[in-house]
Amino acid sequence: MKIRVLVGTKKGAFILTSDGKRKSWKVSGPLFSGWEVYHMAGSPADPDRIYASQTSGWFGQVIQRSSDGGKTWETPGGGPEKGPDGMPRGESNKFVYEGKVGQHLFYDGSLRPWEFKRVWHLEPSLDDPDACYAGVEDAALFKTTDGARTWKELPALRTHATAPKWAPGAGGLCLHTILLDRKVPGRMFVAISAAGVFRSDDSGASWRPMNKGLHSDYIPDKKAEVGYCVHRIAQHPAKPDVLYMQLHGGVLKSEDGGGLWKDISKGLPNDFGFPIAVDANEPDTVFVIPIDPEKGRIPPEGKLRVYRTKDGGRSWKAMTKGLPQEHCYVNVLRDAMAVDSMDPCGVYFGTTGGQVYHSADGGDSWRPIARDLPHVLSVSVQTIG
Amino acid sequence: MVRVIVPSFLRTLGRVPAEVELEVAPPVTQRAVLDALEARYPALSGTIRDHVTKARRPLVRFYACSEDLSNESPDSILPDDVARGKEPFLVVASIAGG
Repeated sequence: MKIRVLVGTKKGAFILTSDGKRKSWKVSGPLFSGWEVYHMAGSPADPDRIYASQTSGWFGQVIQRSSDGGKTWETPGGGPEKGPDGMPRGESNKFVYEGKVGQHLFYDGSLRPWEFKRVWHLEPSLDDPDACYAGVEDAALFKTTDGARTWKELPALRTHATAPKWAPGAGGLCLHTILLDRKVPGRMFVAISAAGVFRSDDSGASWRPMNKGLHSDYIPDKKAEVGYCVHRIAQHPAKPDVLYMQLHGGVLKSEDGGGLWKDISKGLPNDFGFPIAVDANEPDTVFVIPIDPEKGRIPPEGKLRVYRTKDGGRSWKAMTKGLPQEHCYVNVLRDAMAVDSMDPCGVYFGTTGGQVYHSADGGDSWRPIARDLPHVLSVSVQTIG
Repeated sequence: MVRVIVPSFLRTLGRVPAEVELEVAPPVTQRAVLDALEARYPALSGTIRDHVTKARRPLVRFYACSEDLSNESPDSILPDDVARGKEPFLVVASIAGG
């Protein structure tokens, strides 16, 4: 058994590896040094296949791919291979919206045309190593079926009737979460800041907003269909109708595939935060990391606490053992917490201060497995063997 | 033979040497030089110019012969010293931030 933790940071990527005991860790990297790595993800169908989103304010988006577990990397199509027209490919970073590019709300209430900026999240197919979805800013969903040589938009989402009402959150108009349903073929969920949750039951051919029950102070219409700054959603593979959400102000749960959301934040010191994750073995066990939005997005009281519910959100308990409980002023971003598939479940999160914390006992105790990395943007985990 | 110097980040990305020598048929323009560069190193496609519009990325600059040519038309003829390889065409990552 092997655990591989893929860490994307503001200045490159790192791979942390351990055996099934999860006691001794090896840190390798930086990969793509100096570039922002928004996300890395391994294929469930082939753990040696890893995709990485490498981005830069200067040089735009790059997609990297490894076929040997992260030892070597390539920009697919970046070599001498030619396309059908005889021209070099070099299209692994080509994300072009399909058809008419519409407009979305901007911060000042004006309308702005959709403009591709970067890939926030990569979600490899459950059964094909060459297939992978990409959630991008400005919000849209793309898919590759040729191992990231080329990408094609699934345009039904961006052209949804509500799209002109979508607006960027503080981080941009980003599609940051993609959940592929392991039980219901063709069903998938995405989350967009600030639009909300959308569900497709036909592999992305059509979408419907799933935001009933959400409320946000900044939306005057209490029955608004979209406009919600959803920070993250999570799902357990064994109970795909149960979804958990960290909203910009609220932790919520749906028991009907997103049809209705109910608040479960009672008992938390703060209902704001970014990541949310579900235990790999216990579908009712969920982890959040409360953050104080009023004091610069830092842990409440300067205490870094993971809150865990073991009863689907009816009660929460602070997990503090091994985490700094004074003068801690880091943040944990939306894609920076993940779980492994071991029993007991391993939980991992990275901070804007460059620490990667790990619990090998389902959240009871924590320790840093890397302390001084750059600002962590994302953490994902592969359980291999 | 046109000499092109690309910034270090792109050298690493595209496995590009510090200085690239390219055969570019006249007329030697920005567009012709960058087309030739991307043909040799496809991984650079989309990093210097937008994939579709071919517009220069805002924080990338083009210098040659001590001149900033960034805002020249992509189809303007580059200086003769560039076309003859006496002076390099520099792709530069501009300073941004602190």
